[in-house]
Amino acid sequence: MKLQPLHELHTRRFGRNLGVGLLLALFVALVFGLTVVKVTSIGPMPAFDHAVRPELVPQGGE
Amino acid sequence: MTDIHLAEQSPEAGFGDYVQLLKPRVMSLVVFTAAVGLLVAPVSVHPFVAATAILFIALGAGASGALNMWWDADIDAVMRRTRGRPVPAGRVAPDEALAVGLALSGIAVVMLGLAANWVAAGLLAFTIFFYAVVYTMWLKRTTPQNIVIGGAAGAFPPMIGWAVATGGVSFESALMFALIFMWTPPHFWALALFMNDDYSNAGVPMLTVTHGRRATRAHVLAYTLALAPLAVGIGFTAIGGWVYLAVAVALNLWFIRGAVAIWRRDEATAEADRYAVEKRFFGFSLSYLFLHFGALLVEAALRAQGWGAWE
Repeated sequence: MKLQPLHELHTRRFGRNLGVGLLLALFVALVFGLTVVKVTSIGPMPAFDHAVRPELVPQGGE
Repeated sequence: MTDIHLAEQSPEAGFGDYVQLLKPRVMSLVVFTAAVGLLVAPVSVHPFVAATAILFIALGAGASGALNMWWDADIDAVMRRTRGRPVPAGRVAPDEALAVGLALSGIAVVMLGLAANWVAAGLLAFTIFFYAVVYTMWLKRTTPQNIVIGGAAGAFPPMIGWAVATGGVSFESALMFALIFMWTPPHFWALALFMNDDYSNAGVPMLTVTHGRRATRAHVLAYTLALAPLAVGIGFTAIGGWVYLAVAVALNLWFIRGAVAIWRRDEATAEADRYAVEKRFFGFSLSYLFLHFGALLVEAALRAQGWGAWE
């Protein structure tokens, strides 16, 4: 069976599909940008990692 | 086969038709007033968050426009001014307009909450509800005061912008709300004076239809007189200053003069010059709002430079 990848519908709705595609791309960019802004505006967050961080050890523990 | 045949015959909606559903001209005013509300607030917001927040406020306003077009398709088809809209023209199905309106409302409110804060998101949700349900479904077809109460929906954007920055509501943001709220009736009633036939044909109880043109002219003057002290009064608050005061005094004198001219005219005079005065007043009313908010923006810029009037 021969595949016909480009249907008449594709050409007819090209403008609409392109618009929706661009909007989705813009939405992804917005969410990514918001994430970057929110994360960087919090400032440095202390957390446990592989280096010894004495200031993170609870004082007066066991 | 029949379905395919029908689909080929019906006009296909393009991307622009869906944009039209969102009433882009109304959105431009929403973007401007929301941006001013955000920029005059005493708290600064990261530019990216500010731009995103304004975008989603505009999207929410657009979504309520789509819901309005879904509900009002029957009367839009009757009115000359609105019969070319996507739903009455048959390019977008009513159900599709409803789906677009609901989906975009949800996206706009949630994204505004995540980008800014939930007070701003709550205000946006209430604005959409107010415009789509309170104004469009309950008031528009039942009371000649539809414009007065419905005007609240258009007055919320600067308040939402302020809430994006501060996380709350204040005296200043309430005054910006009041400015648009009081401006809406004279603005729309001036339009109704020269578009009367449209509203009568659609059965929308505009003041011109229910109480006559004489009463409408008196109402335009009364609301303009009530609006003036409010508009000038904003100049004495923390967001005002000398530039705003000068602009507001000049604009309000001009606006009152126009309203008095409308009030003095009778129908014969108005018809003789094809409602020239009413049309000029309506055109000026758009600049009136734009210039007031523009002046507030100038004051914010002056304050940023340390040249605030009341500091």
